[in-house]
Amino acid sequence: MSKAIDKVMQAVFFICGLITIACVFVITIYLIISGLPAIKEIGIADFLLGKQWASTAKEPLYGILPFILTSIFGTFGAILLGVPVGFFTAVYLSKFAPEKVKKSIGFVVSLLASIPSVVYGLVGMMVLVPAVRKTFHISDGATLFSAIIVLAIMILPSIINVSITALDAVPKSYEAGALALGATECETYFRVSVPAAKSGIMASIVLGVGRAIGEAMAVMMVSGNVANMPTLFGSVRFLTTAVASEMSYALGLQKQALFSIALVLFVFIMLINWGLRKVMRGSDVKV
Amino acid sequence: MKKRLLIGLLTACMAASCLAGCGASGETSEGTAEEQTEADVEVEGTVATDGSTSMEKVIGALGEAFTEENQTVDFTYNPTGSGSGISAVANGTCDIGLSSRYLKDEEKEQGLEETVLAYDGIAVIVNTSNTVADLTLEQIADIYTGKITNWSEVGGEDSEIVVIGREAGSGTRDGFESITGTEDACVLRQELTSTGDVIATVKSNENAIGYASLASVDETVSAVSVGGVAPSAETVLDESYAIQRPFILVTKEGVELSDAAKAFMDYALSDAAKPIIESAGVVPAK
Repeated sequence: MSKAIDKVMQAVFFICGLITIACVFVITIYLIISGLPAIKEIGIADFLLGKQWASTAKEPLYGILPFILTSIFGTFGAILLGVPVGFFTAVYLSKFAPEKVKKSIGFVVSLLASIPSVVYGLVGMMVLVPAVRKTFHISDGATLFSAIIVLAIMILPSIINVSITALDAVPKSYEAGALALGATECETYFRVSVPAAKSGIMASIVLGVGRAIGEAMAVMMVSGNVANMPTLFGSVRFLTTAVASEMSYALGLQKQALFSIALVLFVFIMLINWGLRKVMRGSDVKV
Repeated sequence: MKKRLLIGLLTACMAASCLAGCGASGETSEGTAEEQTEADVEVEGTVATDGSTSMEKVIGALGEAFTEENQTVDFTYNPTGSGSGISAVANGTCDIGLSSRYLKDEEKEQGLEETVLAYDGIAVIVNTSNTVADLTLEQIADIYTGKITNWSEVGGEDSEIVVIGREAGSGTRDGFESITGTEDACVLRQELTSTGDVIATVKSNENAIGYASLASVDETVSAVSVGGVAPSAETVLDESYAIQRPFILVTKEGVELSDAAKAFMDYALSDAAKPIIESAGVVPAK
């Protein structure tokens, strides 16, 4: 009897597993099927390298180069700002901070991770955008720069948490050895612990890239959302927001083109995931 | 052993649900028969509306008043945008579509019908600290197409104009651009996806200009007069205010509405509903 229950439950778990895999397959296949026709119709070169997007014009143009570049620049900028802050925070929390401080800051960091992105967007729109306008004396603060700042803050938790896990996993004997040889604390942590945790820290950065490139809601509210070629203090539109802002009204080829944008984004995310796997190989940290 | 039991159970369940289904459908057909005999009886069922976000206020008020009179009706409104609402009717996923623009010819070819519920003025809004209070239609068009880029050119202070518009496909954008003749020619600084975002952005930037449905404009921003005519219910109805558009109920030809949906349509177009439509800031159709 109990053996029978065992078998039944095994089947149930197997089905649960299948559901997950089926979801991934359905999404992938659906995206490819609905994304390819528009690319074919527009032409892959015109689509990926076209500099103008005017989806509802009488003679519509579907060039998504502005979106691709904006997503790349935006993500790169967020990494540039977020990684140093996140990395040093992680080193401090893992190695220098007293247990109490580590716990309380750790709590705040996980709180930061659980704030919904629309809230980031709202605060960005109400506080950051006017502040950027006044600080840089420009006519409007909804710019790529504002989006980069919001993204940099949003990727902090994943960078800090994963880096801490990596740094905590460095065997104490390495550090004890370095200290015993006369190295200072700083020397030990930055010359021994950090190199030992290198792959985990790299993984945290790749995770941050994934988070930044996939974010839609928050950047939509602070970036101005006009399909310009990206400039730091200009209004820009990301790959994600291009899909999100027009999907609810789109018809015909416009709708198909939005699916094609989603497909491009999907390919980007796949590449990042593949990169993450490469980086993770040879690391002790499990994400 | 276990499996056989499970199969048995499943079969029993299916049989039971079949029976229940039959019973239910029998009851409803009786119900409608009774309603038809008594004219004043409350209608039952659901009214699903879907479409224009600009119509949220007016349709919300109408829905509330309607369900107060007909407590058994389940009224839903899905704010998706005019385009989505129209395709929802075409696909049969809602009873009544809401559109803040007239139907296009290709949409009429799908057998869709339009009924004008009300007229809405689109207000051109600026920050409350802006000294510009009047613009002509040409000036507005020039600002939106980038020919005029500084407030001093239209009698304001010397600062760059921050032009704010709506996303492609928005009913308000469609209405605004077709009336001002700026289709496909707008040079925008920000392209926002909701009326609320536009108002919030104009409120926080003294150089901004935007447009939003008159019903949604509050005292946090100022609405400029167009060619000397201030936007208001009177000026929209007597057509002296230039930037205005219809609010439309979309139905599908040949598809019979449910009793509840039909009752709602009748109610929305009745004289009793006019004060409610007015209180939502738009002008009821005559």
